[in-house]
Amino acid sequence: MRVLPSGSTALLVELDDLEEVLALYSALKDHAPPGVLDLVPAARTLLVVTDPSRRSLDSVEAVLRDTTPRRGERTAGELVEIPVRYDGEDLPGLAETLGWGVDELVRRHTEDEWTVAFCGFAPGFGYMTSASRSWQVPRRPSPRTKVPAGAVALAGEFSGVYPRESPGGWQLIGRTDVQVFDLDRDPPALLSPGTRVRFVEVGR
Amino acid sequence: MTARRTVTVLEPGPLTTIQDAGRLGRAALGIGRSGACDRRSYRLANRLVGNPEDAAVLEVTFGGLVLRADHDVLVALTGAHCPGTPHNGPTRLRKGDVLRLPAPSTGLRTYVALRGGVAVEPVLGSRSRDMLSGIGPPVVAAGTCLPLGEPTGEVPGVEVAPVPAPPGDLLVVRVTSGPRRDWFEPSMWSRLVSQEYVASSDSNRVCVRLEGEPLERSRTGELPSEGMVRGALQVPPSGVPVLFLADHPVTGGYPVIAYVVDDDVDACAQLRPGQRVRFTEGRR
Repeated sequence: MRVLPSGSTALLVELDDLEEVLALYSALKDHAPPGVLDLVPAARTLLVVTDPSRRSLDSVEAVLRDTTPRRGERTAGELVEIPVRYDGEDLPGLAETLGWGVDELVRRHTEDEWTVAFCGFAPGFGYMTSASRSWQVPRRPSPRTKVPAGAVALAGEFSGVYPRESPGGWQLIGRTDVQVFDLDRDPPALLSPGTRVRFVEVGR
Repeated sequence: MTARRTVTVLEPGPLTTIQDAGRLGRAALGIGRSGACDRRSYRLANRLVGNPEDAAVLEVTFGGLVLRADHDVLVALTGAHCPGTPHNGPTRLRKGDVLRLPAPSTGLRTYVALRGGVAVEPVLGSRSRDMLSGIGPPVVAAGTCLPLGEPTGEVPGVEVAPVPAPPGDLLVVRVTSGPRRDWFEPSMWSRLVSQEYVASSDSNRVCVRLEGEPLERSRTGELPSEGMVRGALQVPPSGVPVLFLADHPVTGGYPVIAYVVDDDVDACAQLRPGQRVRFTEGRR
């Protein structure tokens, strides 16, 4: 664990990999130490946002170093199924780039179990990684100015579902009718760190 | 039961939003804190009318707000001073009174606290409008009738709080090392804390964009996205840092060389386009 300075109100904890991030996040999220206002897990880091008037950064750091990470969370999260119509604009080109063909790409995407590693970019946007293989997908050379809500996409080691229309540089492989972020639902975000996801093909 | 007290916005000016202390505890879902950009002025405005410190107020960007009191109401303005308006103290508006905010003499954002607080429906635990994600009460428009909550605390016996006005010229703020200072040569740190930057007109509640001499990275490659808080000086490929304010994204993919000390971020929220700013090394 490396603790990096992040201003007068936060600490950035750098860890070896995503598993370690999730393990530390799981240990802290239900019983946040006093003075901790928010936690932001990401690919290799966990940002701990504090209220320095309640507890000094040094003492929060000491608590973090004493925390026992809760390992094995990857298989413990709730499982969500997301039906996908695999008709994304980038699907044929990407399948060719990866040397798989469309059938193979769809098979791999639906066979893998994905886990939400962290959220960001937009409310409800979950960065999912595959438990069974490492994906390496190039981003589009130039981002689209408009990606529709419900677009299912790939980039780097991640898969994601766009919660609402936004710009985006990920490769679009399909779309879903599932609303991943809905303010009229409690909780509004369908995907949160640790949630497991299976994509189910419902057409092309 | 008496009817709910209200005020009506006749003109919103360039941008008026409802803000409170922000949304906490949801960053892991990609939902940022948002809230008042200049928190110190925001808290003061509430205190002056006897509101809880986290009550919702109006954040007025570069004046222009015209407000009508539909009932008697105690009001306090803080932050950027709009000439001709009462500032940093409580004032009573009578039913039918109209409050006009001309463009401020210095600073950018004026906070208008109304006794009882702006009582629109909270969204995910907060009445703050997050301009990046679009969450929260809509941007205030002409004709918006704003309900006020029931007054709670005592009104303090203060006429005017002694608060310095935002500087009209060079603003100097303290910075400390960010998590990715080592992505830059030591000479780039000197460059960061020696030059004067200029706030760009492209700034908003998400960030203050700066103009200045670029900082060069000493390492190539991409940074995996990581969490950030307000005050982050993130360095995009252009090399010119971007300073995150209240509506910043929860995570970012560019290295953060430094953080503006949290207390000084409030002053940065008052930077006007074209205003100069210098960073000086401070202590965490």
